[in-house]
Amino acid sequence: MTELLQQLINGLALGSILALIALGYTMVYGILRFINFAHGDLFMLGAFAGFYISPAVAAVLPGPSLGSGLVVLGLAMLICAVLGVVIERVAYRPLRRRPKLTVLITAIGISLFLENTGQLVFGATPKKFPEIIPVYPVLKFGGLSITSSQLIVLGVTLLLLVALRHIVLKTRMGMAMRALAFNPEAAALMGINTDWIVSFTFGLGSALAAAAGILFAIVYPSIDPLMGILPGLKAFVAAVLGGIGNLPGAALGGILIGVTETLVAGYLSSTYRDAIAFGILIVILLVKPSGLLGKKEIEKV
Amino acid sequence: MNIRHAKTFLLGALALGFLVSVAASHFNSYWLFITYDIAINVILAVSLNLINGYTGQFSLGHAGFMAVGAYTAAVITNQFGDLNPFAAGAVFSGALLAGGALAAGAGLLVGIPTLRLRGDYLAIVTLGFGEIIRVIFQNMQGVGGARGLSVAHGWTDFFWAFGAAAAAVYVVAALVHSTYGRGFLAVRDDEVAASAMGINPVRYKVTAFVVGAFFAGVAGGLYAHSKQFITPGGFNFMQSVSIVVMVILGGMGNTVGVILAAVLLTLLPEFLRPIAEYRMILYSLLLVVLMLARPQGLFTFRKQGDAK
Repeated sequence: MTELLQQLINGLALGSILALIALGYTMVYGILRFINFAHGDLFMLGAFAGFYISPAVAAVLPGPSLGSGLVVLGLAMLICAVLGVVIERVAYRPLRRRPKLTVLITAIGISLFLENTGQLVFGATPKKFPEIIPVYPVLKFGGLSITSSQLIVLGVTLLLLVALRHIVLKTRMGMAMRALAFNPEAAALMGINTDWIVSFTFGLGSALAAAAGILFAIVYPSIDPLMGILPGLKAFVAAVLGGIGNLPGAALGGILIGVTETLVAGYLSSTYRDAIAFGILIVILLVKPSGLLGKKEIEKV
Repeated sequence: MNIRHAKTFLLGALALGFLVSVAASHFNSYWLFITYDIAINVILAVSLNLINGYTGQFSLGHAGFMAVGAYTAAVITNQFGDLNPFAAGAVFSGALLAGGALAAGAGLLVGIPTLRLRGDYLAIVTLGFGEIIRVIFQNMQGVGGARGLSVAHGWTDFFWAFGAAAAAVYVVAALVHSTYGRGFLAVRDDEVAASAMGINPVRYKVTAFVVGAFFAGVAGGLYAHSKQFITPGGFNFMQSVSIVVMVILGGMGNTVGVILAAVLLTLLPEFLRPIAEYRMILYSLLLVVLMLARPQGLFTFRKQGDAK
């Protein structure tokens, strides 16, 4: 019983990280109807941004503490938001009216570019992520142990989800985003600056991916330039599972994937853990392609 | 490439293959091995071109089919000791065909989700299939698991490699230019209109996947018997991407262009050895720049049927 609880807690921590990445996929898909393949690499860049700025932050705010950890998190999110906006501006915007396949190939190209440039610039060998927050077991009960890092992952994720919900539902920017997702042409006719909203969406999604990267590095403190590939793909599966374009769905999908994967790795076979997400994807696409919370789209000629 | 060109190409490649394999002992063996790589990549690129170029689907799992063919052929030929040339030829051709057939079976399996998926979703599902195949081989201890599998015989030579490449080019060209094969282009250009004209898109998509996967499997078998050592890691996502790059560079749906691109991208790393670590950066930039500036590919000059 304690083992099951332990696995559930581990799965919840992993799942909330996947949920943060999945939100970025789903927001961009909702507005531009394309999969930003490079999204997983912004997760990686977030972790590396944290790696390189944490010594500077530690010089000002000494010692691992919650405050300095949050400063690192905030700065990494800012850096990746800018990167996300730049990538959209340089690579995706010129292709806005081209066939979807063209954009997809470009996104794959950007993703490979970030991974391989990362290997050259950061080095291909894994790096140890510094301890930016104090890690200690908060609760020990029999075999059960909850660490401070897991609590911080859950807390920060919850905070970001609430903030995102507020942005999307309560601000003018969020209203414009929803309008654009509903009908881009009509939104433009209503005087919404679509380019600006798309940039904002990319920035927001990239910031969430960066936060996920930092949280991931806090729980699994070994980072390398290819670390974004698998979480990126799994988060995409999470977005599809929840219904792509649907924000609560992405969060739900992320948590479901994280928990399932941890349970399978714990009870069945750890070598197959990376195949689980793809198995779920194939089943979902065959059984209910619109996802758990998604709406069915009818193709019009 | 029309059907007459394809036939000339087939005969020419077979004649060349025969001549070179007779004279093979006089050539520098290092470059000879590179020509095998060229032929293998031509097969992979041309077969992927059937799926991605002519039928308009987007598969990112070609390396998975290649892995199925490579492992099947290797396991079969590893059962045999030293054989005389004729027996070896018989066993090798049987093994290649078996590898191709199993890969085609895998292609059928992947083809089924294409009934419902298109575009981005399909790309991810094929990627997922490729990764699942790799993970399965990694967990199969009988074929060495993650450590890899030694292949006893180095049977791939110029004749086999170019014979298979010629066959792949011929079959794909003949298929696409047949009356039946016009359906592939119709499905690519407008699926809804095609089905309104009585073309069954599902059948064409699945056919494209099965034929494409078959040749990828044959290419995998040739690869295994050229390198004589295969690991699941050799058939990863990066391998799939480099095949996709060949197709895109050559121009999707342009067989001659794709062949040129496969030759170019196989030779290029040999001349760029000093800057080998930049190769993948170069590939990725090439993809992005091509999509921005020349989405029809480097070697496509005539405007192909302009539908969407």
